Amino acid sequence: MFDSLTDRLQRVFKNLRGEGKISEANIGDTLEAVRLALLDADVHHAVVDQVVGDLRVKALGQEVMASLSPAEQVVKILRDELLEVLGRQTAKLNLKTSRPPAVILMAGLQGSGKTTTCAKLARMLRQQGHRPYLVSVDVYRPAAREQLALLAGQAETPVFAGAPASGDPTQAVLELARAARREAVNRGCDVLLVDTAGRLHLDDALMSEMRQLKELLAPNEILFVADAMTGQDAARSAGEFHRQLQFSGAVLTKMDGDSRGGAALSIHHVTGQPIKFLGSSERLDGLEVFHPDRIVGRILGMGDILTLIERAESAVDKQQAAELEKKLQSDAFSLEDFRDQLRQVRKLGPLDSLMKMMPKVGPFAALQGRGRPEVDEGQLTRIEAIINSMTAEERRRHQVINGSRRKRIARGSGTSVQEVNQLLKQYVQMRKMFKTFSASPFLRKRMMDMDLPGQELEAGG
Amino acid sequence: MIQTLFGPEKKAGFLERLQNKMAGAVEKTRASLVSRVDEILRGKTEISPETLRELETALIAADVGAATAREIIAHLRQAAAAEPHMDAETARQLLQNELIQCLKVAVPPVENAAPPRVIMLVGVNGAGKTTTLGKLTQRYRDEGKTVILCAADTFRAAAGEQLQAWAERTGTEMIHQKPGADPSAVIFDALTAAKARGTDCVLIDTAGRLHTKDNLMQELAKMRRTAGRVIAGAPHEIYLVLDATTGQNGLQQARQFTAAAGITGVIVTKLDGTARGGIVIAIARELKLPVCYAGVGEKLDDLIPFQAETFVHSLFGGTAAFL
Repeated sequence: MFDSLTDRLQRVFKNLRGEGKISEANIGDTLEAVRLALLDADVHHAVVDQVVGDLRVKALGQEVMASLSPAEQVVKILRDELLEVLGRQTAKLNLKTSRPPAVILMAGLQGSGKTTTCAKLARMLRQQGHRPYLVSVDVYRPAAREQLALLAGQAETPVFAGAPASGDPTQAVLELARAARREAVNRGCDVLLVDTAGRLHLDDALMSEMRQLKELLAPNEILFVADAMTGQDAARSAGEFHRQLQFSGAVLTKMDGDSRGGAALSIHHVTGQPIKFLGSSERLDGLEVFHPDRIVGRILGMGDILTLIERAESAVDKQQAAELEKKLQSDAFSLEDFRDQLRQVRKLGPLDSLMKMMPKVGPFAALQGRGRPEVDEGQLTRIEAIINSMTAEERRRHQVINGSRRKRIARGSGTSVQEVNQLLKQYVQMRKMFKTFSASPFLRKRMMDMDLPGQELEAGG
Repeated sequence: MIQTLFGPEKKAGFLERLQNKMAGAVEKTRASLVSRVDEILRGKTEISPETLRELETALIAADVGAATAREIIAHLRQAAAAEPHMDAETARQLLQNELIQCLKVAVPPVENAAPPRVIMLVGVNGAGKTTTLGKLTQRYRDEGKTVILCAADTFRAAAGEQLQAWAERTGTEMIHQKPGADPSAVIFDALTAAKARGTDCVLIDTAGRLHTKDNLMQELAKMRRTAGRVIAGAPHEIYLVLDATTGQNGLQQARQFTAAAGITGVIVTKLDGTARGGIVIAIARELKLPVCYAGVGEKLDDLIPFQAETFVHSLFGGTAAFL
């Protein structure tokens, strides 16, 4: 995988400790590290140049604060800069209309994920109390309309199934759109989601069709759907779509991959339109409202811990969480709590996707990159089995677990003594780590804010 | 240069079609975001550090990747240092050759195993596997071969129906099971049928999967093993289908799919857009994977054998495709 920006900066700044100011002389390497990190994240090179240029101006002459390493300070300036570029506001859907249904038109290149996003959005709108109606006007790709119909079934959303009478594709597209809107009105649906065929911004005929569709439906929202893995071309395709259609926002899909999502920055920079949603997973609940502060962390390699926290909040009982917090602080975090945590975490989804959201620095660094421990789901099952094989006393007070108890636990859980040892070692380390955090309110707060990378960087940077 | 874009092709109409498609776009695109190699080198009598940096940017703009671009330009810098009065044409040749060398991967010779020849397409979601499979089918049909399509994407909604449409278009039989069936079981059926009938090729369509999903990657490994159990040595080819718009993540895709499924080659799709697909240079260079075909449009015959020279030419701005 790519080095995270903070890794790079740590190397650059190894020799910079003790310099009081960020100066022309010492900023060159830093800016080059930033440039490479952004390029690795697939941010368009022209956007990179601008961001790096701005960073130079802002960083020059700044005092290096005593509490921060220069690396942290540059990351902070850069992070603020990127947040500026991406816009600080979370952009909401505009569904106000005097004549329902409000129309959302999806647009994008082939394979960007329009159909899946359409169904996810329908599900999300339904949960918010709307009555969405779906239609696919993709008369080109084989089985595209069947695909949306099947997904609509999963999203429990009605879908327009009528076949067009016209043999001319453009006429068929407009006919479908018209008929679907009529049907949406008849059914009393308040939002019409229109899935369209994937197209190249170079394809005059299809882009013209899109403009006709726009004219016919006067959509509230035109969402440009783009693959998060897109490289340098994101700037151009988004720019062209926007020039020809004036889209109102973008959706970045396939965020569950390990791409760094620099396309978000490029798209926003070129079009000025907000990224409204992030799509991940093939499950229909895999759509989240976009928060610029989160993707910035990902582009910089700082992880996406905020998203994780939010997801955790919906899965974890709030009261339990508060109790846990108390336990962490008071050093009463038992193996039983550890097991509860494990179960909760597994409720959140596959561990892999969770790991990717963790920041790549600080205490979580070991979970990332090459040194990443091989934690597969099977191992979690074994850990749980080990804890299950302990007595209540052992779970509360791990100190009592001696050699013969370890043997018994290993036999009981079908594991080995080594595995039991390893688990106990990890558990002790974890307690120590939590203790460090609770001992230092400053560190704790910073971890929570994700304002800056964690403690390791400060110690080593 | 346009004529040589993708080398001699039996479908002569393709180049003109591509050229025409692009011509309109060039006019409309107001400001070119990308600096072209040829443009950078035009009229230069010596290769300055600025020129080298501009060339590096041109490679990055084509998604070659910063690290790969740097290394390639470093070689050029060395050459330029050794020969102070290097002219632009020489530099251009050097750069071009370097890139072509990256792409020229020695492909092990095809053993003449008894048919059926089994070909499996893998890749992330939306890369264009099913469409490529349809086009590949047409190629084999044109060569007079018998083909069985294997619908091993039992996961995505309507994937089977989509492949069925291609089967009908190309007049090919498709073996499938119910949605949600074990993809390995479908492969078992298709290969058994092909063996019994003496079919020339089996083309396997698989569900799109992100390379980060361990369980899905393991499923792929199992599909491969199943194929090998029915027919020794199968699948004979496993192509990674890669969208030309893919950025630096493409390298990670190639690594992970190679680890799980033993990729034998890459098919780069959607080259008819404005993306240049430069990531295949990094992939070929690091993983020694050959790029075998290029997808250049939506028509049945829009899949052409990949040619390193012509691909590199397009990076150099010889065609309108590289704006």
